[in-house]
Amino acid sequence: MSEQLLFAAEVTLNGLMAGVLYALVALGFVLIFKASGIFNYAQGVMALFAALTLVGIQQGQVPFSHLINAIFGTNIHHFPWQVPSIIAIILAAGVMVGFAWLVERYILKHLVGQPDIILFMATIGLAYFMEGFGDIMWGSEIKTLDVGLPSGLNETIDTVTYNWFGYGFFIDNLDIVAAVIAALLVAALTIFSQYSKQGRALRAVADDHSAALSVGISLRFIWVLVWSIAGFVALVAGIMWGAKSGVQFSLSLIALKALPVLMLGGFTSIPGAIIGGLIIGVGEQLFEFAIGPLIGGATQNWFAYVLALVFLIFRPQGLFGEKIIERV
Amino acid sequence: MKFSRVAAASVAALMVGAPAMAELVFPSLSYRTGPFAAGGIPYADGFADYMTLLNERDGGVGGVKISVPECETAYNTEKGVECYEATKGEGALVYNPLSTGITYQLIPKATADDIPLYTPGYGRTSAANGKVFSHVFNFPANYWNGASAAVNHLLDINGADLSGKKVILLHFNGAYGKEPIPTLTALGEKHGFDFSAIPVDYPGQEQKSQWLQIRRERPDYVLFWGWGVMNQVAIQEAGNIRFPLENMIGVWWSGAEHDVKPAGDAATGYKAVAFHGVGSDYPVFGDIQKYVVDAGKAAGNGDNVGTVIYNRGVYAAMMLAEAAKKAQEIHGVADITSGQMRDGLEQLEITDARMTELGMEGFGPAFKVSCENHGGPGTAAISQWDAGKGTWSLISDFGPSDMEVIQPLIDADSMAYAAENNIAERCN
Repeated sequence: MSEQLLFAAEVTLNGLMAGVLYALVALGFVLIFKASGIFNYAQGVMALFAALTLVGIQQGQVPFSHLINAIFGTNIHHFPWQVPSIIAIILAAGVMVGFAWLVERYILKHLVGQPDIILFMATIGLAYFMEGFGDIMWGSEIKTLDVGLPSGLNETIDTVTYNWFGYGFFIDNLDIVAAVIAALLVAALTIFSQYSKQGRALRAVADDHSAALSVGISLRFIWVLVWSIAGFVALVAGIMWGAKSGVQFSLSLIALKALPVLMLGGFTSIPGAIIGGLIIGVGEQLFEFAIGPLIGGATQNWFAYVLALVFLIFRPQGLFGEKIIERV
Repeated sequence: MKFSRVAAASVAALMVGAPAMAELVFPSLSYRTGPFAAGGIPYADGFADYMTLLNERDGGVGGVKISVPECETAYNTEKGVECYEATKGEGALVYNPLSTGITYQLIPKATADDIPLYTPGYGRTSAANGKVFSHVFNFPANYWNGASAAVNHLLDINGADLSGKKVILLHFNGAYGKEPIPTLTALGEKHGFDFSAIPVDYPGQEQKSQWLQIRRERPDYVLFWGWGVMNQVAIQEAGNIRFPLENMIGVWWSGAEHDVKPAGDAATGYKAVAFHGVGSDYPVFGDIQKYVVDAGKAAGNGDNVGTVIYNRGVYAAMMLAEAAKKAQEIHGVADITSGQMRDGLEQLEITDARMTELGMEGFGPAFKVSCENHGGPGTAAISQWDAGKGTWSLISDFGPSDMEVIQPLIDADSMAYAAENNIAERCN
């Protein structure tokens, strides 16, 4: 194989891995949109908040310590303990369930029947509120996230590809873990929605709110459920991205990476989020590899959107989105 | 009767509310929120804490207390300009905008308002030419000095011969990140190394393709101009592809504790250019602890004292306090104006003896500002991270940069600005 072809193959593999990480973020958007028709602008901030909460619990940080110290003149920052990663993850997931309940109780419940744009605006407000709330609760400094995930060059792939092609491929161990976790998440969500009572109720609400209500399905319960699941997905995305860069406020910007994925894959399809993520991941990395150097580089951000727009021209509902036919 | 009582109370209230005495106002355009807060907070804390130290220990500067009104910019240029407009009426003496984008916007405004800008280690590099930029000061070093310092270090560790070496600049794809490209291109031609640049788009959370490219091209050295999350990701990715971190040199905005800690042990050996001292082993920090932190008057919780960016805030505050003192001496008044502050900045002289008096011996270079040279000596050192100890340490002295290459670039860029804006040369 020529050297350029080997490089292209390496870039493609890494693009697939990057795509999985994008898909993890997009998944949260899809879950909420599918169940309630809300485009949740706060999904990126939810990932940030979940990761902040995880690190805070893990490191025994006192929530709101800056506020407490400022009001009472104390100097407390940490509890005298640290929490094992797995327990911290469970507790952080619990916090996200509590958050889902609060969102339903104080925002969504009051906006039932409002136009979609009002619900969208509410999630914008929620995003800004959560960003500030997370800041007050856990502080603005960058936090190192260590839940024991492996990272760095995968030796086996490097050795095997070197023996085969004379060139060792670089694949990050963290990306491999992310791919496995994403696959497990999708499988679990599919099984949940197909075979559990709540999952079927969720699908019924997604198909038709009014019909679901008429057969006794609680819309409020479904909303809490779906926001909880989206919160858990946000926690997983926050862990994966936070392990790369530390947990910091720019984590909320990963939502920007999910938008072209959603445009391409469709807002209502879980497989669409995965396939869309993979296409965007591979597309942007290959474009940067092949064309980037000719036009000054740093093409990934805008090319992802261009790629999504090209798909939209031919399939406006996205690759896996539902085609809406309105009869008059 | 009732009316007169109300009137008397109002007058009394006004008298109580009126300023009792003059203040030296140094607005702090800070960013404690948003994606860049991790760098903005320690800088703002260092800046405020040093000014508080002067108030508490010395009674201010020349007997006049210092006030540091903060305005949150979130590192956003529009908000930064709003902050400038909102605070300049409070008697602002000088602005340190802490953002290259905000600096570019403020240069014409501040010049027209007769308020100086102080942009140490950032902003418009060619503002070092005081003949064109009357109100902008960027001593003691600018981006081009930083680029030259990095190359000087490479020369030092390669027996003064870089011919045939491959050097890649990984940079933020914006004005700040592109600043060193002309200098590095010129230095590449001079020293015979192969130079190329790889940009990273904002915010820099995903850099996989850039690091795959670096892995393919196998450069001898990577120079790095990043900020925010781009720093942590780049250092992590460098470790992932097993690029030797001792061959990666960041500019001073890519060399703080929070940039390297997320990468853990893999970050050991990473280097950064520095234009001031690192660590807290200087007497001034003992005074800050005693008069500010322990007294409960610190801007933050005191955790940042001695960290790289905190030190930079302290250093900037010290320069401005010294310039205010100089302005008081020149004009014979304690309550100076912004125009007089500009004069103080232009005639500032920092000696080794004065640095020792200030408890900052060896923290930065001795130098003298002049009408022509607002950029100072352009000296810089190299610092290196030790993950085991969790400390930065200087591994070289503050050395000069290659002004033979840099000065023509400064002259060309500043003269182009002068021509565009019909600015007549000063200092003749």
